Amino acid sequence: MNDSASGREAAAANLDPGRFLPVLALMWRIRSFEELAIESLREGLVLGAIHPSIGQEAVAAGICPNLWRTDLLLSTHRGHGHTLAKGADPLAMMLELFGRAGGTCGGKGGSMHIADFGVGMLGANGVVGANIPIGVGAAHALRLRRAGEVAVCIFGDGAVNRGPFLEGLNWARVFDLPVIFVCEDNGFSATTRTRSLTGGPGVVARAESLGLPAEAVDGNDVLAVDAAARAAIKATRRGEGPRLLHCRTYRITGHTAADQAPYRDASEVEEWRARCPIARLEAALRMAGVDQARLDETREAAQAGMREVRDRARAADWPDAAGAFADVQDVGDPAARAF
Amino acid sequence: MAGTTYLEAGRRALIEEMERDGSVWALGEDLGRGGVFGQYRGLQEMFGDARIADTPISEACIMGAAVGAAMTGTRPVVEMRFSDFALCAVDELVNQAAKARFMFGGQMRVPLVVREPVGMWRSSAAQHSQSLEAWYAHIPGLVVVAPATPADNLGLLKSAIRCDDPVVYMEHKNLWGLEGQAPEGEHLVPLGQADIAREGRDLTLVTWSAMRHVSLLAAERLAGQGIEVEVIDLRTLWPWDREAVLASVEKTGRLLVAQEAVSVAGFGAEIAASVAEALHARLAAPVRRLGAPRIPIAYAPPLEDRARVSEDQIVEAVQGMIAPAPVS
Ligand SMILES: Cc1ncc(C[n+]2csc(CCOP(=O)(O)OP(=O)(O)O)c2C)c(N)n1
Repeated sequence: MNDSASGREAAAANLDPGRFLPVLALMWRIRSFEELAIESLREGLVLGAIHPSIGQEAVAAGICPNLWRTDLLLSTHRGHGHTLAKGADPLAMMLELFGRAGGTCGGKGGSMHIADFGVGMLGANGVVGANIPIGVGAAHALRLRRAGEVAVCIFGDGAVNRGPFLEGLNWARVFDLPVIFVCEDNGFSATTRTRSLTGGPGVVARAESLGLPAEAVDGNDVLAVDAAARAAIKATRRGEGPRLLHCRTYRITGHTAADQAPYRDASEVEEWRARCPIARLEAALRMAGVDQARLDETREAAQAGMREVRDRARAADWPDAAGAFADVQDVGDPAARAF
Repeated sequence: MAGTTYLEAGRRALIEEMERDGSVWALGEDLGRGGVFGQYRGLQEMFGDARIADTPISEACIMGAAVGAAMTGTRPVVEMRFSDFALCAVDELVNQAAKARFMFGGQMRVPLVVREPVGMWRSSAAQHSQSLEAWYAHIPGLVVVAPATPADNLGLLKSAIRCDDPVVYMEHKNLWGLEGQAPEGEHLVPLGQADIAREGRDLTLVTWSAMRHVSLLAAERLAGQGIEVEVIDLRTLWPWDREAVLASVEKTGRLLVAQEAVSVAGFGAEIAASVAEALHARLAAPVRRLGAPRIPIAYAPPLEDRARVSEDQIVEAVQGMIAPAPVS
């Protein structure tokens, strides 16, 4: 990981604003969407638990813009950012959080089960690590169908201590599948520090021990994530098999929006706030010659867009209660006859 | 009609469906060597190792990968080797496969079949003998099938592979060698339809899987005593053929359920309760269930047999239900 200030400055001076202004806009949309979701939770509009990714936006925004619309993405309970970055409609997502008609899942999933198959987003997941075998299977199907797409499977640092992590990475290697694993490491397994629960030198070493090329990047530096993701996606798309990226980051909120996170010092949070991935991209863009007014416009447009989304979601109707019986199964369909 | 076996019929079903639909593939341990029971014999030579895939001993990943592959345009047939091992993949089946379509608002379906060989077989003891169909029947989103004859193993497996829902397909290990007839041409058995294995006017005996055969032997003996038992093989447990069962009990006025599984909270309880609710006034005797006691299955035959429902037990139960109630 090249984290030296001079290296970063050189990279920043060369960066293409045409490519990274949209990335900045995306990061602001994610930030703003989640801030409004937290506000809406307090107002009682968001109904169940939400797991914000505030502070982690560089992972979603560094990876997803490098994917085709038809590439596949599997996410976690902390998946709003990934889902937005893959191209899901923010209004449909907010409606889903509010449990309203028109939500991505018709109000049947909520935050932890957001999916948008239309943009290749195969679902958040309420079970830690469960998306790994599913992502591997989606990649397996890509191989069987000889498709040119890749699958990206994002999970937290806590997931690397579940069995499916071992099974899934080994499987991807054995079948040489087009899948990129991304460990989005915010340091916590819910409310306990992952390092106190994890043996050995960590996720990169675990992946390498199974024969996967693996790389650690600064997950708060969207330029670094972008470069690593681009290279990994390119290699995997060329048929070079699975790999893993380890993105070290931090969540600024608690585990859920309701968690006050008493298990950590305010000073630690402040340190990470100072490494805000959005502020860092703005600094890089300024260094590349983008003026402050342009940056402000980008932020304001994203925030205004998300406020409109929230306002429209607030006015939406509840879903028809008959939906509780729909899409369960064809054979033995409870909509035809409730048992 | 042609002579075949239960195992061969299942093998033929998979071959026919793989020939018919290029998106069907099978995955599991040792399939290239024919699978543990030989139900995949020769298939890798026929279809290649991409469509008959040898997997690591990673049950969670076998099932989870099948879920991902089923969501994205293929139709996986998962081999779990023994239903007992499928317990290493319960999250993938119950939390993921069964719920994905609903949870994601109907954006896609999960058309997979998971073959889970069940039942007592050659002193296999507590971890290789279980019948856990009730667990799966309890889960919304799953279809549960338990064929008992060669023809049904052919026709039901084909229907299961064509079904867009996740199907738990439970073949009975003790039936692999069972001989019988199966149609030579295309043979599909609809899911959810029971088979009246034997008609009778005096008592309805509902059963499935290997217990069908024990039930038929008992019915034969009872016929010699003038008691005509109607044997209904459910074939599909979810959805079960309520109409067929209710129509039969309407006629006979008596219901006995015989199952290999532990009786407590077994699927027989669902049938017994449903019939009691719907036909209470019509019943000439209390509904009865036969199943295993709530003990793990043992290794030594005299111990293993204590978990078995025998022909004698069925005969006795039926006689008790037919005998006029003592005058008090
Ligand atoms: C199998 C399973 N065990 C426990 C939980 C409860 N749980 C929800 S999120 C979470 C923490 C996961 O940590 P990590 O994978 O690092 O992701 P993060 O929350 O940090 O994004 C836990 C334990 C769960 N959802 N699934």
